[in-house]
Amino acid sequence: MTGGHAVVVDDLVKTFGSFAAVDHISFSVPKGEIFGFLGPNGAGKSTTIRMLCGILTPTAGRGSVAGYDILAEPEQIKERIGYMSQKFSLYEDLTVEENIEFYGGVYGVPGARLAERKRWILEMAALSQRARSLTRELATGWKQRLALGCALVHEPEILFLDEPTAGVDPVSRRNFWDLIYTVARQGVTVFVTTHYMDEAEHCDRLGLIYRGKLIALGSPQQLKERYVAGALLEIRAQPIMAALDLLAQEPGAKEVAVFGAALHVVADSEAAIDPIRRALERGGVSVERIDAIIPSLEDVFVALIEQADQTAAGGGA
Amino acid sequence: MILRIWMVCWKEFVQILRDMRTLAVVVVLPVLMLVLYGYAVNLDVRHVRLAVYDQDRTRESRDLIGAFSRSERFDVVAYLDSDHQVTEALDDGRARIALVIPLRYSANLARGRVVPFQLIVDGSDSTTASTAIGYANAIVQQQSARISLAAVQRAGLAAGGAVIPVDARMRFWYNPELKSANFMVPGLIAIILMMLSALLTSMTVVRERERGTIESLIVSPVMPYELMLGKLIPYVIIAFADVILVIAAGRLLFRVPLVGSPVLLVICSAIFLTAALGIGLLISTISGNQQTAMTIAMMATQLPSMLLSGFLFPINAMPTVIRWLTNIIPARHFLVIVRSIFLKGSGIALLWQPVLLLLMLGVFLLTMCSVRFRKKL
Repeated sequence: MTGGHAVVVDDLVKTFGSFAAVDHISFSVPKGEIFGFLGPNGAGKSTTIRMLCGILTPTAGRGSVAGYDILAEPEQIKERIGYMSQKFSLYEDLTVEENIEFYGGVYGVPGARLAERKRWILEMAALSQRARSLTRELATGWKQRLALGCALVHEPEILFLDEPTAGVDPVSRRNFWDLIYTVARQGVTVFVTTHYMDEAEHCDRLGLIYRGKLIALGSPQQLKERYVAGALLEIRAQPIMAALDLLAQEPGAKEVAVFGAALHVVADSEAAIDPIRRALERGGVSVERIDAIIPSLEDVFVALIEQADQTAAGGGA
Repeated sequence: MILRIWMVCWKEFVQILRDMRTLAVVVVLPVLMLVLYGYAVNLDVRHVRLAVYDQDRTRESRDLIGAFSRSERFDVVAYLDSDHQVTEALDDGRARIALVIPLRYSANLARGRVVPFQLIVDGSDSTTASTAIGYANAIVQQQSARISLAAVQRAGLAAGGAVIPVDARMRFWYNPELKSANFMVPGLIAIILMMLSALLTSMTVVRERERGTIESLIVSPVMPYELMLGKLIPYVIIAFADVILVIAAGRLLFRVPLVGSPVLLVICSAIFLTAALGIGLLISTISGNQQTAMTIAMMATQLPSMLLSGFLFPINAMPTVIRWLTNIIPARHFLVIVRSIFLKGSGIALLWQPVLLLLMLGVFLLTMCSVRFRKKL
């Protein structure tokens, strides 16, 4: 019924008491895509992923995974998905090998095939030398790769990763994303949540969730083009806080945010550079430089979240 | 399905074998408890400290004292010279019971009068006190029978004549020496297994929840009943080893005879274990962390099993409501079974009722577990 879609979500809602953790979201993920689900902590990422995997029951709305209904056919879904949680659901008191064998057995992978999968996982995760080590003795990065391997032992169609890189060092994160690419090249749909912007850049498509609502959807490139209409200016000026106050009153600067040692300003066009520079210098701020830059995903999300906050405040007033 | 149960089972076994703490609990705890309870919870009263204040100081009075001191129930610890000293001896706990023989004891005896004398008992420990009184009574009765017999004989009647018209010859069946151990050890087997089983299984589901592995299990195709069975089986096997360990220790350390069928005992133990482990598993599905699970397991098993199972206090003496309540405590039914098999050698024909009740409790508890553990967070 869903054609080429691995995941379809239609008006999904999850409330905990009066709190709407997921608030009427709809989207779909085509097969074979790396779909990034992005948002700050507590935005509703994990809640959504848990509903899709059948761990949580939705309050309202519908969804399908691998063509099966999340409410009516959770067991069919379970056989076709792999899931890796933030906690790397591994048994620390079992060896690397035993963890793979356990999950393989639970998913009903037959003996001969399991031996083959085990070899593949150990190789992929670079754990062949450590097959007989207790899992608790592994460094976090290795645990993470083993958890990925266990989630893939039954060759799922769709892989759900819930903040898989939380608490992992940058090098391990890099390696981990290489593995995700490998998996995706083999045709597996990857649905990953994260709050790291650099990881978001790796995804084919992104959904941004904020306060339970899906506020943006598209490829990283599309998002950058679509949501920062106008020009993004990077301003280096001293003192920076005085500059921030001045820009807040400057009609040419639509949005202002501190970005490291500089300020990022959204303007209608690059023509706004000169009036802004004059306004700052009039206010006694020494301007080092003002450049038009290509927005990063972070700029996009800061802009989107501010818009969402303003809409919420406007609606509430 | 079988494969998945087996996988859970195997995983659980490996985890238990790698966990020294669990292993220690499994091996050391039952024996330790048996020894502690077996020796400490001893209802036999022996060597009660007796103080004597003999105002009469005659052959007859010494004879009475001798009747006490010859019995191993009483040890004469002091000979006193005044009422004041009697009070002192009881106050400072040197003696638990005082025997006061009045002046003219032997003179009155000779005249064939009823001769009163005093036994003052420290009632602060009522259990010991009432048992001690029982023993004292028996000694006194024997003594008066001998005295009247001697008097009658002196009066010239033939011995063996109908001097004592009614003579109760009491005999205790099943435990002829009234050894506490014979009564306690089979009971202890029930209590120990109950606590141990609940303790062991109460951790298993919570542990998965604490470590986050529960999410992977929920997302996997494992059905709740497969998970519950897979988790239960290793503990049944371990608890079974404990059954044998505790029975063997009871036989060797306390020389408790096993009169009945060992096979029946083993079968009944299996039924009991299912119920006991089921309680632990149920606790595990409802508690948030291992600490809570352990506390609930101790509270839910230890106290009711000790107090309401008939282990220490007879159920017949309890108020009706509580007597009804005792039926939901597995140890209560198992206690009847173990004691009967151990001491009376009862067969299934006499025991089907508690066995059936245990079976029903077990099935009910395991069903509750599977229902409670829905595959959701």
